[in-house]
Amino acid sequence: MAATVRDTIKEITRKHLSEGKGKCYGQCLTAVGWVGGTLPEMYEDEGMVELSMADVAGGAIVTGVALANGRPIYVVRYQGFQWYNAASIVNYAAKSKEIWNRPCPVFVRSIAMEGGVGPVAGSSHHSLVHRMPGIKVISPMTPDEYQLAYDCYMNDDEPYYVSEHRKSYDNTEELFNIIHSTADFTIFPISITRLEMKKLIQLAENENIKLNVIHQLWLKPFKIDTNWLIALESSKYGGLVTDDDYVEGVASSIANELSVATGKVVHTLGLEPRTAGFHPSVDNLPPTAEKIIEKLKQIKNGF
Amino acid sequence: MKDYRIKVFKKASFCRHFENQVYKAAQEKHIKFPFYLSAGQEYIPASIYTILEEKGIDANVFIQHRGHSHYLCKGANPIQLIDELLGRKTGCANGMGGSASIHSFEKNIFGHDGLMGSQVPIAVGHVYETRKPTIVIMGDASAEEDYVLGALGWASTKNLPILFIVEDNNLSILTEKKVRRNWEMVDVTKGFNMEAHNINDNPISIWSSLINYDFSYPMLLNINTTRKYWHAGAGKDDEYNTQYEMELKALGEIAEQIDIENKQLVEKLWQQQLEIQ
Repeated sequence: MAATVRDTIKEITRKHLSEGKGKCYGQCLTAVGWVGGTLPEMYEDEGMVELSMADVAGGAIVTGVALANGRPIYVVRYQGFQWYNAASIVNYAAKSKEIWNRPCPVFVRSIAMEGGVGPVAGSSHHSLVHRMPGIKVISPMTPDEYQLAYDCYMNDDEPYYVSEHRKSYDNTEELFNIIHSTADFTIFPISITRLEMKKLIQLAENENIKLNVIHQLWLKPFKIDTNWLIALESSKYGGLVTDDDYVEGVASSIANELSVATGKVVHTLGLEPRTAGFHPSVDNLPPTAEKIIEKLKQIKNGF
Repeated sequence: MKDYRIKVFKKASFCRHFENQVYKAAQEKHIKFPFYLSAGQEYIPASIYTILEEKGIDANVFIQHRGHSHYLCKGANPIQLIDELLGRKTGCANGMGGSASIHSFEKNIFGHDGLMGSQVPIAVGHVYETRKPTIVIMGDASAEEDYVLGALGWASTKNLPILFIVEDNNLSILTEKKVRRNWEMVDVTKGFNMEAHNINDNPISIWSSLINYDFSYPMLLNINTTRKYWHAGAGKDDEYNTQYEMELKALGEIAEQIDIENKQLVEKLWQQQLEIQ
């Protein structure tokens, strides 16, 4: 049976700890669910370190570990908690190398989820750190991508913000770009919206809309591949970046870079610009395939 | 004990003259950004590092703004500090750190990012990884940061070899401690099951508190002191009643001679660096 993203994270963590490469830090790691089953059942004497519930202090403590080259894996169970936890990651770990030539590498597992988790905990918040210099932002949704993120971190000396999503944990499949010689749109999906692409393509075919799909793994540094530009330039109605963060951040930044590079209009679709409530009737969920196809039809029809 | 006091005075006097030169350089527009003078508080680092040198302990040190005297008293390069204050690449932080974010690789001094008190949890994380004797310096205002208190609690829980120093000058800019809070750091620290003492910056008090401390557990010293200059030297709090002036008078001729030599040495260093274009 193919490994899931969950299995991959768990095995990476087990090896990281048992081979003495570093420790894993976070709050309530050794609880019943072991962070969605992504952690091996290990304890402090084996490198699984429980921080106190002081969020801001916790992020800074892990930054100190990183400063001592302890190669920490730092688990933040809900991305929205980064408003507290990321303070020292972006203000110290990300700047230490530039100011003092002291690298401060930390692998921040920042976990997104949606559905009934309210105004802070839900969704991705990678835009929060994306604007800051000195940090790398990656959003792996497949087993191979997760392994790549970890391998890059271990061969690098900079902090990594790893924008995970709980809905990807069961995924076993790799996600590949689809590029036609001509298309109506090129979609640049981020995070969990990438798992909507299979369904989106089916819906688009029903509407006689032809799509290119170019998956976004590295959010920062954002490097444009020449093939992406060719695909976008040959797309009749331009592009669309989809995300499960608010669009005023990573999505708009990527859309702007693509637009500047090609002269094509690149739209964005992410969370609605409102606070999420707990009840399904007031929740704020990432764009589904149905919502994305509606957006494409609107663009095509000139709305 | 007199030898110890003279050693401490030698360090403190050097710091005082260094800070006076920083002030002068700013008045003469050689320094072009905000700076944070440790004058008046220099007896804290001068005493601590004299004691640690005698004990043969080379601790990792995490400083904040007003850190010039810690940098100098731990033996870091004064020329690199001058260059840093002049914004040069040859500065101790490559000209990036200014006055507030200085550091020294050679002397294991770690720089500060500008978020008041952030050095406390960062130092706690660092010592958790290294288990080496560590000192972290904060002011009485930084000590109020929530993440400082969280870090104290974790250091206590993990029984880390770390010394927390609160340089308590009773002021945050110009707001007195009694306006900001009705509690003392020593009481809070004891609440975290950690040893803590409230002392003044007299070298004998600092000696008594540290001479038997072996970094086998966490401890906090809240050291009451007197700030001479406001932020960026914009004003003065107390000209004459700091520990430096008291020891200069108490130690007599030998201190006066050390003071003259330090003044000349510091002036020469500054002059020589200012002449470099």
